[in-house]
Amino acid sequence: MEAFTAHTGRAVPLRRSNVDTDQIIPAHWLKKVTRDGFEDGLFEAWRKDSDFVLNRPERQGATVLVAGPDFGTGSSREHAVWALQNYGFKTVVSSRFADIFRGNSLKNGLLTVVLPQETVERLQELTEADPTVEITVDLESRQVRAADLTADFELDENARWRLLNGLDDISLTLQNETDISTYESSRPTFKPRTIQV
Amino acid sequence: MGRTLAEKVWDDHVVRRAEGEPDLLYIDLHLLHEVTSPQAFDGLRQNGRRVRRLDLTIATEDHNTPTVDIDKPIADPVSRAQLETLRRNCAEFGVRLHPLGDVEQGVVHVVGPQLGLTQPGTTVVCGDSHTSTHGAFGALAFGIGTSQVEHVLATQTLPLARPRTMAITVEGELPDGVTAKDLILAIIARIGTGGGQGYILEYRGPAIEKLSMEARMTICNMSIEAGARAGMIAPDQTTFDYLHGRDHAPEGEDWDAAVAYWKTLRTDDDAVFDAEVIINGAELAPFVTWGTNPGQGAPLSASVPDPASYDDASERLAAEKALEYMGLTAGQPLRDIQVDTVFVGSCTNGRIEDLRSAAAILDGRKVADGVRMLVVPGSVRVSLQAVAEGLDKVFTSSGAEWRHAGCSMCLGMNPDQLAPGERSASTSNRNFEGRQGKGGRTHLVSPQVAAATAVLGHLASPADLSDDAARTPAGV
Repeated sequence: MEAFTAHTGRAVPLRRSNVDTDQIIPAHWLKKVTRDGFEDGLFEAWRKDSDFVLNRPERQGATVLVAGPDFGTGSSREHAVWALQNYGFKTVVSSRFADIFRGNSLKNGLLTVVLPQETVERLQELTEADPTVEITVDLESRQVRAADLTADFELDENARWRLLNGLDDISLTLQNETDISTYESSRPTFKPRTIQV
Repeated sequence: MGRTLAEKVWDDHVVRRAEGEPDLLYIDLHLLHEVTSPQAFDGLRQNGRRVRRLDLTIATEDHNTPTVDIDKPIADPVSRAQLETLRRNCAEFGVRLHPLGDVEQGVVHVVGPQLGLTQPGTTVVCGDSHTSTHGAFGALAFGIGTSQVEHVLATQTLPLARPRTMAITVEGELPDGVTAKDLILAIIARIGTGGGQGYILEYRGPAIEKLSMEARMTICNMSIEAGARAGMIAPDQTTFDYLHGRDHAPEGEDWDAAVAYWKTLRTDDDAVFDAEVIINGAELAPFVTWGTNPGQGAPLSASVPDPASYDDASERLAAEKALEYMGLTAGQPLRDIQVDTVFVGSCTNGRIEDLRSAAAILDGRKVADGVRMLVVPGSVRVSLQAVAEGLDKVFTSSGAEWRHAGCSMCLGMNPDQLAPGERSASTSNRNFEGRQGKGGRTHLVSPQVAAATAVLGHLASPADLSDDAARTPAGV
């Protein structure tokens, strides 16, 4: 995983609540078997509207998505995270994320930042008033900064450490091989098995 | 202090617990399908890793599979390639696979329970958010992303922070004609699509205890639509009876030991939930959605709400956008909404009991002119059972299409899709924009409401059907 320490970039305000992962990347894109090439599928249906915020010339090259509450609901498709990253987003700010989407984001180094709804709206107002405004998301100091706005955000220490160092979760878990083997040796015999080994 | 059901199952699966770290949780059963696994297998290959526990892993094909002409090559080359990728991966790594054409093939959340693999007190994961279905057995079951699929393949564990617990107690008795689907749609409308976020839900109370396993699966299936990772129901005699004798259910002494353990999986009387919601089951009625998320629903007897009636600004805006997308106007009675398509199927309502209840209503009746009705069994086993009971004949005689098993029009990854502007009454789980096809409009309903709607051509419940003297039910 790519490490995340801090990022500064222009923003896209997305004033919609309950943006589900079917909107982020529609199902027909899920037939691909790679982790890349999803950028054209990002918000595909909405992008057909030339007024959609992502289509505005002043939003080209923006890397910070400032979204409405309950972002990433619905399907567990990690393709939603890949689509946002393939398009160029480094971080998403919202007052609430769906659990699975958030987990998927942090596994891929897409930093999801939770801020109070009123702070999210202030960020949206800032970038709407001046699209050239840059937002900094600093994971080391757990702080979001833009113009005169400074807001602290929470992220548990373990997730932060893994992101800052770009650590591979599977390698970390495999360091606990003894614990896993010990647990396995104590599993009851009535537990189901899919095949006899 | 006592523990909740969820806490008991969680504690029994902790491989490692350390200060400042998420718990490392052991996974008893890992279900795979073609859509969310290819990149995970690639990851294993790149890192020279193997599947740690092939005996706790099983795969099937469901999302992309066609429901007609399954003996012919799959027309869409991209779908075909994805299925072929799963077959190659399973062959290379040694994973048990039930491909299209196999008698155990079907929607992954129908297949696990019917094989007896989903058992009380187990942890079940799948790269699919509707894995919450398996919680109906008192399993801790949740959807995961592809990175986590790779993690489980490689380690059979997941590092996870323990969610909070929420009790959803359904008092009283569901009135006649009110189903598990109506109940869960009403619960989601009540707590909202984010109401369960960060929680494991436990459905309990007298109305829940009376439900069959199929109905419990419908409830737990849609926990994710309330934002919850998982939903659970304590195992009881109904659960044990469902499991007994199934292919992978324990036998002999193992069965006795298992039942003894399963009986301990009840929330202790002195356990404390982090949140509690109480629903009066007796007050419920058939429930349908009018909007573009599963929380935007109302009793069938109600009208399309006025967005101006919402106090919350973002809910108001969401309702406005939903009405625009759905082509509805505030104040329009829900019963007046005409549909083009009726879909019965999916991991929510594609089980034998669902097909029986839809067939009982269609028996001796006709699907309305201009309405297309698709009946898609959740698995090949469900299909065979339905045929043995003559349900397929009831459906085809009424003018419905009887299809092969798969996810089908629930998400339209196969050719079963709505055309732009088409409107469906669907027994599936998501009414998101474009979910059933670009520009398609979805109303989530129970199998009974779906069948009555097919007959009348507008959203309706069985109670709306006149007692047609000319009706000659075959009496299946």
